[in-house]
Amino acid sequence: MKKQINLTVNGKAYSHEVEPRTLLVHYLRDTLRLTGTHVGCDTSSCGSCTILMDGQAVKCCSLLAVQADGANITTIEGLAENGTLHPLQEGFREEHGLQCGFCTPGMIMTAADLLSNNADPSEEEIRHALEGNFCRCTGYHNIVKSIQYAANKINKKEVVS
Amino acid sequence: MTKMIGKSVKRVEDKRFITGKGQYTDDIILPNMVYAHFVRSPYAHAKILSVDTAEALAHPGVIAVYTGADVAEVNGVPCGWQVNFKSGETMKEPKHPLLVVNKARHAGDAVAVVIAESKEAARDAVDLVEVDYEELDAVVDPKKAAEDGAPLVHEDAPNNICFDWELGNPKEEVDAAIAGSAHVTTLEFANQRVIPNAIEPRSYIGDYDVAHDKYTLYTSTQNPHLIRLLLCAFVLGIPEHKVRVVSKDVGGGFGSKIFHYAEEALVTWIAKELGRPVKWTADRSEAFLTDAHGRDHVTKAEMGFDEEGNITGLRIKTYAAMGGYLSTFAPAVPTYLHGTLLQGLYTTPKIHVDVVATFTHTCAVDAYRGAGRPEATYLLERMLDTAALEMGMDPAELRFKNFIPAFNGVDEEGYVTNVALQYDSGNYHPVLQRALEMVGYEDFRKEQAAARENGKLLGIGFSTYIEACGIAPSAVVGALGARAGLFEVSQVRVQPTGMVSVYTGAHSHGQGHETTFAQVVADKFGIPLEHVDIVHGDSDSVAFGMGTYGSRSLAVGGSALVKSIEKVIEKGTKIAAHVLEAAEDDLEFADGKWTVKGTDKSIGFGDVSLTAYVPHNYPAGLEPGLDFSSFYDPTNFTYPFGAHIAIVEVDKDTGKVSLKRFIAVDDVGNVINPMIVDGQIHGGVVQGVGQAMFEQAHYDEDGQLITGSYMDYAMPRADDIPMIETDRTTTPCPHNPLGVKGAGEAGAIGSTPAVVNAVMDALSPFGVKNLSMPLTSESVWRAMNS
Repeated sequence: MKKQINLTVNGKAYSHEVEPRTLLVHYLRDTLRLTGTHVGCDTSSCGSCTILMDGQAVKCCSLLAVQADGANITTIEGLAENGTLHPLQEGFREEHGLQCGFCTPGMIMTAADLLSNNADPSEEEIRHALEGNFCRCTGYHNIVKSIQYAANKINKKEVVS
Repeated sequence: MTKMIGKSVKRVEDKRFITGKGQYTDDIILPNMVYAHFVRSPYAHAKILSVDTAEALAHPGVIAVYTGADVAEVNGVPCGWQVNFKSGETMKEPKHPLLVVNKARHAGDAVAVVIAESKEAARDAVDLVEVDYEELDAVVDPKKAAEDGAPLVHEDAPNNICFDWELGNPKEEVDAAIAGSAHVTTLEFANQRVIPNAIEPRSYIGDYDVAHDKYTLYTSTQNPHLIRLLLCAFVLGIPEHKVRVVSKDVGGGFGSKIFHYAEEALVTWIAKELGRPVKWTADRSEAFLTDAHGRDHVTKAEMGFDEEGNITGLRIKTYAAMGGYLSTFAPAVPTYLHGTLLQGLYTTPKIHVDVVATFTHTCAVDAYRGAGRPEATYLLERMLDTAALEMGMDPAELRFKNFIPAFNGVDEEGYVTNVALQYDSGNYHPVLQRALEMVGYEDFRKEQAAARENGKLLGIGFSTYIEACGIAPSAVVGALGARAGLFEVSQVRVQPTGMVSVYTGAHSHGQGHETTFAQVVADKFGIPLEHVDIVHGDSDSVAFGMGTYGSRSLAVGGSALVKSIEKVIEKGTKIAAHVLEAAEDDLEFADGKWTVKGTDKSIGFGDVSLTAYVPHNYPAGLEPGLDFSSFYDPTNFTYPFGAHIAIVEVDKDTGKVSLKRFIAVDDVGNVINPMIVDGQIHGGVVQGVGQAMFEQAHYDEDGQLITGSYMDYAMPRADDIPMIETDRTTTPCPHNPLGVKGAGEAGAIGSTPAVVNAVMDALSPFGVKNLSMPLTSESVWRAMNS
């Protein structure tokens, strides 16, 4: 028995019939073909699938698509505005915050949530916020620096690279 | 034109990754595609009495179910490295079937595969395949596996021994050296099994084009051409020119994606059987059960010293697990990548290493970041810090005393070890000296003493390592049992407008080749970075390649690249000389143009390129075009080295270990992009820290993987780790054109023992000398309270 869902993803309205058991991450990846949101585990541990749902970072591998009915979702594909990279996207590039790139969208979306609640986080606060996101490449060092870069840019502080 | 080599150029590839436009294998959906899901043995060791697929086949959406019987005629997955017994007898090499027929040999062994119209239908139907198992006793410990009466993994491998092997000085000489020593340090320990955990799970799509009789395999691999070779020549028996292997963006590898896996061959084979593309993507549970694991040694090591603390000898016995089947490079890891590194940075005059490789009822073990070299380094560096403690010497001083003196490998010979290698160039004192300065060693010792007074446990641990990378001279590794050459291939195609397309057999799964390789090309040609495009990961574009592992991309692939660049410049010089009406010897090439020496007459790179493709005014007898390929086979391994220092605090009440500081001073030869090299070191260090503090693949006695999910397998998280303090010294590699040594594995090789040594130092007031990794709160607390 399929269910109708209506939702907004990256500013665009969508309406689809989905199976009740379809995970939100599979809906985004397979139906909307927004493949920037990744699946790295099956226990909502790794954070690769993190998106913003109504402004809050959520792991969409452990949400059903039907739970997103009526929601406003932002994925990594929708973060840049009018072709201008979000300060976090810029920060990850400037500070070499990614290597293989697989965890990166989840990291950026988690950090976006952090910065929207705490515009000037300490290193400790950044590390704590990233607790639910695994990166196997960077040792987190440059991810922390990337988020500091973005925070400084958002706060219009001088960026020291 | 600014020099590009040595600059921290921002990565070219990042744009697609930070905008969600990367293309990993699971992102691909082909028209008419079907999905595979595996039926896997829940037992580590079981006879398969029957497999009933009827109910699964009747499930809506299910197209086919294949069992071991269906693929019994297909060859198994081959092993790429042969190590013989001491007796000369060939290693035991049992067949590794694509799907098992009679017997499962580890939990997760594939028994059948369901193909369906959707992922969900395939997954549902897996539960409907009825397999009748008879569970058998299992053995999971590499040493216990060799004991008489242990359950056999393969009937034709008595005592589960795959091979035994030795290297070094004659055993009697080593025995005598140790017997005559003033002090002998002995440690028995496990280098525990860990799971690589690339965050992208393995994913494969097989496709068959009947019109052209051509297969395409999309695969998350580190080496597409080797996979094609193994798949075609050894498993499926199909001609290579009819197979394209594509591995575009790959989400980390760390060794686990080097190897040819059965699932790759199966999706390719089934795609033709069904005439439809077949996709399989591992879920994380399958990744834990089936991605080749790393390490898993059980070791006894004895190191002798004279009265002054000079090392007199080293004797090692190691049992190394191969797992249930031989993975692609498994036999090389505990032997030629481990035994050969036991000289370390030290002048140890006598060394003997004895390795017994055993089959166990577990997932296969193969190369994992560092592969053998972390095991060797862990052994040596734990011995050094333990010996220093026992002899009442300073661990840094003990190392300085025993370091091999500096040699540049140019006018001073490379250092010949007792374990079959000749180091290329080395200068070991400065890395440790620099690390001691960075840590503020004297001040730390004072701080530590004061902290102890106040009941706070601080510890410092050292690790000075060497590794062999830039793998490898083909003839050398061939003599040691490799069934492949380990050269690398490049093609530099200068387009008519002077834009450059580079095709490399190296493969990036995070290393940033699209940037580093482009820097080399832009620098040598004197052209903007944007004029260079690096293509990798597609066997239809790239002529050939041996892929990326063993920190080989720049040392071997970069050298192949330089060879092609030099050929372009040489031909360009002929064209420029003709156009400028000058002798070739009168030209110099710099900053992107050929200039007649001492004049202002010149022609640019773009004009020469155009002339090569519009050869109107052109040297007689010279072929048009500007496009060269090169194969580069290195003459030696490269030998990066470094000094790592960890500072930890141990909570007296809970046993919790906190990593307070980590200092890494590495010498990886010349550096093309310092930002990328630092990133490699950070990541490697944290993987090594992960092994020391958190990670362990734990099988219970029945062979069940207890740590089979992220809920149970502890990965290092952002809040477990401090900022990594890095610095470098530079000792160029004397035998490759860029002078580079490789940086991918250094961090993971050096860091693990530094952390364990630091914890042992913190626990020294309790008389604790040796603890097993990982150093969990529980084990540390028990050690303090026993």
